[in-house]
Amino acid sequence: MLKTDAQFVKCVKADTEFNAFACINCGSCTALCPLGIDLHPRTLFRYVLIGARDKVLQNTGNIYSCLLCKMCEDNCPADVPIAENIRSLRSYINRDVFRLSRG
Amino acid sequence: MPLPIHNVLGILSDNLKNRKGVIPLSPGKVDAWTRGLDIPFGGDTIIYTGQMYQLIPSINSMSSMMAKFEDSWITRFFGMGRIMNRIINISWFMALGSGKEQKVYDNILRNIAILLKTAGVEFGYLYGKELYSGALVYDEGIDDVFREHAHKVFRTFKENGVKQVITVDPHTTNMLKSVYPKFIDGYDLITKSYLEILAEKDLKCVRQLPLELVVHDSCVYARHESIVDEPRRLLKTAGATIHVPELSGRLTQCCGGPLESLFPGKAHQVAQKRLAQLADCGNSIVTMCPICMANLKRAANNTLEIKDISEHLVNGYCMLDL
Repeated sequence: MLKTDAQFVKCVKADTEFNAFACINCGSCTALCPLGIDLHPRTLFRYVLIGARDKVLQNTGNIYSCLLCKMCEDNCPADVPIAENIRSLRSYINRDVFRLSRG
Repeated sequence: MPLPIHNVLGILSDNLKNRKGVIPLSPGKVDAWTRGLDIPFGGDTIIYTGQMYQLIPSINSMSSMMAKFEDSWITRFFGMGRIMNRIINISWFMALGSGKEQKVYDNILRNIAILLKTAGVEFGYLYGKELYSGALVYDEGIDDVFREHAHKVFRTFKENGVKQVITVDPHTTNMLKSVYPKFIDGYDLITKSYLEILAEKDLKCVRQLPLELVVHDSCVYARHESIVDEPRRLLKTAGATIHVPELSGRLTQCCGGPLESLFPGKAHQVAQKRLAQLADCGNSIVTMCPICMANLKRAANNTLEIKDISEHLVNGYCMLDL
């Protein structure tokens, strides 16, 4: 069963500009990713939008593997700020999971 | 076991916070490239390297060590490494770049300065006061540390009367043009890449370059900052014939460099994939980003010629004894 947390998106958006509501799930990002990573932006963003925090955290390696090269973003028909969204997720994990600033 | 992301990021962000650089460089290493160029200190307009080219030998040495650590038992001790790094700068031991390599990258900065002088651009430099831009920490999403550092960099510019900044690499250009304004209220610095400045000038070619070059566009220049035509125009005017792979310009493929600190193995795979695309078009590759140059060179292992664009431009536009 997928556990969801309604507050998760709010936590991600707390200090960042995460915005994936425009995603139309077309798969252009998936097709264009030079890394061919296991999980692609559209799937990852769905997890965030439905509050599937655990699923997002299971993909921490993929989130930090993104090159932020914007190949997907530049060709996204819905203008989703994909690279900034990935950065937002990193920022959330650094702050609330790794607690980097606390050491 | 893969490299522990939180500890690697912890070390890099602690370094930026406490030592003003992800891999701290001594002031002597930062400004060694200026020797003999008579660049004045400070001024309205400065050249800002963001320490990127100077960092490459250290990054190379660090990456090769990290590649050995990846998937080894040593990764278990990275937590202890982070604690130790707060007392002793362990990155200094891990990132001892070679002097020979340092000269190669310093020479790129010298070329850029000579090109700007040839184009009649007057500029100063902050020498030992120049700081790293914080690009890596921003990319990794360590926003609190990045914000604090970006303010430090901006304050240094303002205290030294800087109004316009000439950048030399895509990552620093992107930071100052597009990222700092989001983090700093009242940010008012005008930033241009040296390639944009040179392309605006009516530079006369002094030596035709009978070269067949394959251009590897930086994804940060091409997609983040829309700098695509300028390098091509400069190379063509100098007489070079340009070849481009299928994925080029705004559709350029990343070199994989941004992964080198956390996933050196993947960075190498992406670089090899990109190199194969470039090698299909020719064997003399031109880069315009120190990260691209370093990552592609590591993957090429001396099988292809990979040079920074400034090396060709200085030959085409500057009166030098060759």
